[in-house]
Amino acid sequence: MSLLRRCRERVRAFWNKPALDAELEAELAAHLELAIDENLKRGLAPEEARRLALVSLGGMEQAKEQQREERGLMTLDILLQDLKYTLRTLGRDRGFTTVAILILALGIGANIAVFSVVNTLLLRPLPFTHSEQLVRILEKDPKGGESSMTYSTDAMQEFQAKNRSFQQVTGYFAFSGPDNNKLTGKGQPEPVTGLMVAGNFFPTLGVEPLLGRQFSAEDCLKNSRPVTMLSYPFWKRRFGANPGLVGQTIDIDGKQVTVVGVLPNTFDFGSVFSPGAKVDFFGPAIFGDMEDWGNTMALVGRLKPGVTLGLAQSEADSLFPQLHSNLKHPEYGDNYTANLMGLKDYVSGKLRRSLIVLWCAVGMILLIVCVNLSNLLLARAAARGKEFALRTALGAGRGRIVRQLLTESLVLSGAGAILGLGMAFVIVAWLAHQGSIALPLLGSLRIDGAALGWTLLIALATSVLFGLAPGLRMGRGNLQAALKDGGRGASEGRSHERMRAVLVVSEVGLACVLLVGAGLLLRSFLQVLDVDLGFEPSHSAAISIAYDDVGDAVKRGAIWQQVIQRVKQIPGVEGAGISDNLPMSVNRSWGISAKGHTYRKGELADTFVYVVSPGYLHSIGMRLVKGRDIRWEDNDKKQAVVVINETVARHLWPGEDPVGRIAYAGGVEAQVIGVVADVHETNAETEAGWQMYLSATAPQFGPVGANLVVQTKLPPAALASGVTRVLREINPGQPANEFRPIQMLVDHASSPRRFFMLLVGAFAGLGLLLAALGIYGVISYSVTQRTQEIGIRMALGSSTGRVQRDVIAKTLWLAVAGIVLGTVASLAVARLIASMLFATSPWDGGTFAGMAVALLAVALVSGYIPARRASRIDPMVALRDN
Amino acid sequence: MGKLDLLQGTLDLMVLKTLAAMGPQHGYGIARRIEQVSGNEVLLNQGTIYASLVRLEQRGWIESNWGVSDNNRKAKFYAITVSGRKQLAADARYWARLTGVMDKVLAMSPDLGGEEGAA
Repeated sequence: MSLLRRCRERVRAFWNKPALDAELEAELAAHLELAIDENLKRGLAPEEARRLALVSLGGMEQAKEQQREERGLMTLDILLQDLKYTLRTLGRDRGFTTVAILILALGIGANIAVFSVVNTLLLRPLPFTHSEQLVRILEKDPKGGESSMTYSTDAMQEFQAKNRSFQQVTGYFAFSGPDNNKLTGKGQPEPVTGLMVAGNFFPTLGVEPLLGRQFSAEDCLKNSRPVTMLSYPFWKRRFGANPGLVGQTIDIDGKQVTVVGVLPNTFDFGSVFSPGAKVDFFGPAIFGDMEDWGNTMALVGRLKPGVTLGLAQSEADSLFPQLHSNLKHPEYGDNYTANLMGLKDYVSGKLRRSLIVLWCAVGMILLIVCVNLSNLLLARAAARGKEFALRTALGAGRGRIVRQLLTESLVLSGAGAILGLGMAFVIVAWLAHQGSIALPLLGSLRIDGAALGWTLLIALATSVLFGLAPGLRMGRGNLQAALKDGGRGASEGRSHERMRAVLVVSEVGLACVLLVGAGLLLRSFLQVLDVDLGFEPSHSAAISIAYDDVGDAVKRGAIWQQVIQRVKQIPGVEGAGISDNLPMSVNRSWGISAKGHTYRKGELADTFVYVVSPGYLHSIGMRLVKGRDIRWEDNDKKQAVVVINETVARHLWPGEDPVGRIAYAGGVEAQVIGVVADVHETNAETEAGWQMYLSATAPQFGPVGANLVVQTKLPPAALASGVTRVLREINPGQPANEFRPIQMLVDHASSPRRFFMLLVGAFAGLGLLLAALGIYGVISYSVTQRTQEIGIRMALGSSTGRVQRDVIAKTLWLAVAGIVLGTVASLAVARLIASMLFATSPWDGGTFAGMAVALLAVALVSGYIPARRASRIDPMVALRDN
Repeated sequence: MGKLDLLQGTLDLMVLKTLAAMGPQHGYGIARRIEQVSGNEVLLNQGTIYASLVRLEQRGWIESNWGVSDNNRKAKFYAITVSGRKQLAADARYWARLTGVMDKVLAMSPDLGGEEGAA
């Protein structure tokens, strides 16, 4: 009770300081008067009476201080005092303060930004209710692109009915390209991206519509009234966020589609399932129409509570091989497998290592920042030695001085953290809008509570890290030596210098590790750019075209032929062709085998299939190795034609000429008419798969969509309007699709690598800069310290060249020590990132040599400036001063 | 022999007792009284009394008012409160017990210790 009261009183006293101090003053004055009165009464002389009164009081100031200590919150008082003092000193030393805060802001800002990325991609659960229950179901050996990661609607429904591990099994149509539909309203038809999802897709994920309702069972029936749910950004952009739209119809591909709901802003399909893609609207997958489409659904399931992934996997292992791909055609085969993967793992599992490496790199930057600041503070310590010695002499304890110094570093790191937070805000906001980077969940990137907590943590950690060492060192200072002459020439100065040298060497070492890491990643990236893709992305551009062939191959041929002929007449166009799918974008796969052969299980692979026009192979820069290209006349109903890639040729007809052979392609008899060089169809880093190219005029096959590829030496933007105009003349309903350079597809595929490489590179650059600053600081300081010595040497006849050489030699010694240390550390680190490298050895000699040269060069420059200053010292001035 | 250093907390008890015995008193009066009663055996910097007074007042055991002394000086007078008297009683009891125990322990003879060691 009384303790509680005491606390309250203390807090009150803290705020009431001036009044209480005045009262204490009066009380003590009264005390003194009373004591003097009594002494006078005893017959002492006034002088003596006063002296004795003071003696028995035992020190006026001590009495006051004791009372204040009992009365208020001393700790807080001291803190405030320290803060006031800190602000005053830092304010006086503006140059130091600015540099320190800037360095800290860079280090802390980079850390917050990277933490936000790591937190969003790796640490935070997916933005769905109980997201840990969500599972992505894939084939066990997904070599054939999307087609081998998908299942038929029959298989999906069968699994849904038979399994006991999942609450729900749902899926989405995996073969939607961007801009696959057109929306007609006011003005030009607009390309929009639609996606079919199973009716229970959103309920399974736990996504509730913002407006309207979910898809109903009736919506998913054959011949039902077409309905759609809009994504929030689309609803906002295209319909001005009009809530009255629900229940209205919109015109999609000439059909009146009723809007039944709008999805919440928090739901971003692309960011989770298909990084970099945006989906405008969703339609229900009508299973009744899709039975004969083959494997088109990407499956996602929600586990029942308490069912582990392992349990579900073992059930799937026994169930999936029994599933039918088409219940009406049991002969179509039924060799499904299933690999259950936590959805989170599927989304960001591949990025885990890169992200951790990134995190470590940015942590290293923070370390370098701390080392650098320690260094700066030590330099200041030398200059402030006298100040602290004086304070010690006046009664400040060592703890009090360390406390003062820690307050200073806290203030610095606090200011750095605030500025850094601002920088991180800008970076994060910018990153969140980089749709072209194929990283998942990037759109939901933001500075959240966790990031703020992290900021606080690293601000505190850094202030302790960089403030404690100089603090302890200074608290220990030798009073006498310091008071005598600021410590110059004393042993303290030399041990300071040694410590600073150690700091600089470790800083150079850390920068070395960062440089090697960045160098290896850069080298890998260059190797990726150097890969022979099998086509030439730099000279072509593509646009998705709309046409209506009513499913007739003859009509389709005529339309395609007309488009290609007209486009070829545009000046600057060197070639044109059409393919349904482009490399490094949407893909699908069928099977191919040599006629008359039987194959063992596993001998054949899913084969990427492209339905193309004559001239397409040439227009995108693919190389025909043997045989001929497809022709418009390749439309034989009995025997189709097929162009295969070298991989297929090697597997099906090893050592033989495949041209002229008969194959089964997609279940249809087809003659091999040509062989093309392998194309990296997924990205530059994975090996090319099996590929085949079929004629667009053959009635046996149907393309999915059409992309017109135009070969040109002009920048694609220059042709865009001409191409669009021609397409509009042929089909007035052609939507305003984007005319995109093929290079964009390639860049998109390599964007995660570019992203990580750029970030680590930026950190390495920062590390190098800080190391240079550190070297400069130490050398420049030692030159200042040794002005007198240098002056004497020069007076005794040492040449300026000699003085310069000495200073530079010292610099190089520091750099070399750091490089040796860093190289050893880099060898270990390089092994850790080996799996992130592409066609680059983790012990790549060039990278290590380049790092060493870069660091030496930077060291030379940062040593040269003080060296020059040293050589300009005027012996007379140097000797006279001091 | 030099003067006695005060044990931690004993000054508070002395102040409470002084106020209980003498009625309201100012800081100087309390300090002088303690010096007199102790026969000048206690080493008391009179100034330390003020830390003790603020401690006791914040706990609610004493209260203070400005008043006028016998020789017409303005001074701050302290008086013990009801809860202060309770505290005094409790502390005095505790002190008596402690001194009793200390007396016994210090009166311990060597052979008694030896016996216990043998048991």
